[in-house]
Amino acid sequence: MSKPKIAFYWCAACGGCEEAVVDLAEGILDLVQKAEIVFWPVALDFKRHDIEAMPDESIAAAFVNGAVRTSEQEEMATLLRHKSKLLIAFGSCAHLGGIPGLANLFDREAILRKVYFENPTTQNSERVLPAANGNGDRTGLSLPQFSPKVRSLDQVVEVDYYIPGCPPLRRTISDALQLLFSAQPPARGSVLAPDEALCTECKRKDSKPDKVALKDFRRPQEILIDESQCLLAQGLLCMGPATRSGCEAACVQGNMPCSGCYGPTSRVKDQGAKALCSLVSLVDSEEEQEIDHVLQSIPDPAGTLYRYSLPASLLQGKSSH
Amino acid sequence: MHDENSKPTNGTRMPGSFEPRIVGFFCTWCTYLAADLAGTSRIKYAPNVRVIRVMCSGRVDPQFVLSAFAHGADGVLIGGCHPGDCHYQKGNYNCLRRVRLLKRMLAQLGIEEDRFRLEWISAAEGDRVRVVINDMVEKLRALGPFHCPAESYNPVAAPQQHELEEAAV
Repeated sequence: MSKPKIAFYWCAACGGCEEAVVDLAEGILDLVQKAEIVFWPVALDFKRHDIEAMPDESIAAAFVNGAVRTSEQEEMATLLRHKSKLLIAFGSCAHLGGIPGLANLFDREAILRKVYFENPTTQNSERVLPAANGNGDRTGLSLPQFSPKVRSLDQVVEVDYYIPGCPPLRRTISDALQLLFSAQPPARGSVLAPDEALCTECKRKDSKPDKVALKDFRRPQEILIDESQCLLAQGLLCMGPATRSGCEAACVQGNMPCSGCYGPTSRVKDQGAKALCSLVSLVDSEEEQEIDHVLQSIPDPAGTLYRYSLPASLLQGKSSH
Repeated sequence: MHDENSKPTNGTRMPGSFEPRIVGFFCTWCTYLAADLAGTSRIKYAPNVRVIRVMCSGRVDPQFVLSAFAHGADGVLIGGCHPGDCHYQKGNYNCLRRVRLLKRMLAQLGIEEDRFRLEWISAAEGDRVRVVINDMVEKLRALGPFHCPAESYNPVAAPQQHELEEAAV
């Protein structure tokens, strides 16, 4: 019997998810033993037409990382959906929109204007913009369209499973692969990580006081962080209570507060709103002015609380009139 | 932001004109009773609020507010007990803290300040219900309907190259 075929692809992403696959190190050899990689632009020389030539559903599983911003990414997501039995959103960007999804706080025109005309270091005296039909069309080359907003993978095509993380940790990936190809795979649409808050697996959990009462939030560079105490209790904005576990609190272990990359648990629809709820309950004041003063120490609420999940949130981005 | 001149001078409604939809989360111990009192007292106010009774303003999860906006509300009003009067002692303070940060986050998401409001209205303040709702309806009328960014995805609507260039000049 021939080995099942798998594919990797990247959309709007930083490359960290590809790195996460490479970081499986010798684990990748196990993978290659069990499966045949038919497409992986970052590492192997297969082209889009190779995939197009394959029959529908001939790939066992396609792992797509990155959010969807351009027409090309949308085409590739659609193509891989047709050719694959399972389509897996790999990493925060494909899962929830990720960091690129914060671009939804700005409209498309504002982004292009800023990048091509207004940035202080931009030199563009001919005022050239990326054009879908190529500039002047002499070359016959074309560029992908820049879409109105960033979308998560499941807002473009149907997704079977999600592997969360920015990037997914090695253990998350190997556990997910085992689950996927086990005799009893989890229900379609599952996020392949434990469905409970990060605090439950955090090593500092026991140091969290029953009642945390804060007069301001601190940034990591502002204080000397106690390496054994709960970060919330030290006034750091840790997203742990509103984030799915599975990373073994890797950032907290490294003395950095959780920024929420594993996304919310299944009971939460909107990670930013839920995180807001949990954080403000720590504010030790009942006076409006004092509350405002304490909350001023969170300068960018949307960017902080929706750091990885804006496109998948209830509003999906900024409203424009 | 809206043009002050377009603000209607009174609360009159014209046929076919925009009718704001407000979702009201009213605490069952105070604002909900106040609205009840307004009803039994035959106080007239704008019929634009869909009231959802909650056990406490502290029960209002920010997700409820965002969900209301995502499902077509033009405004969200939370009514709770005056400071010190919470039936559960501190629920209204929880609500206040959430609202203070949520307001800033909503502003970043392009939601105007007048679309989201927290009011302390005791069970005895039936007339306050009228004042608050009428005022909010008038402000929303001036702002116009809320367009939720999640509503639809229309790549065709994206501005074309030449429009951008014109905008940039």
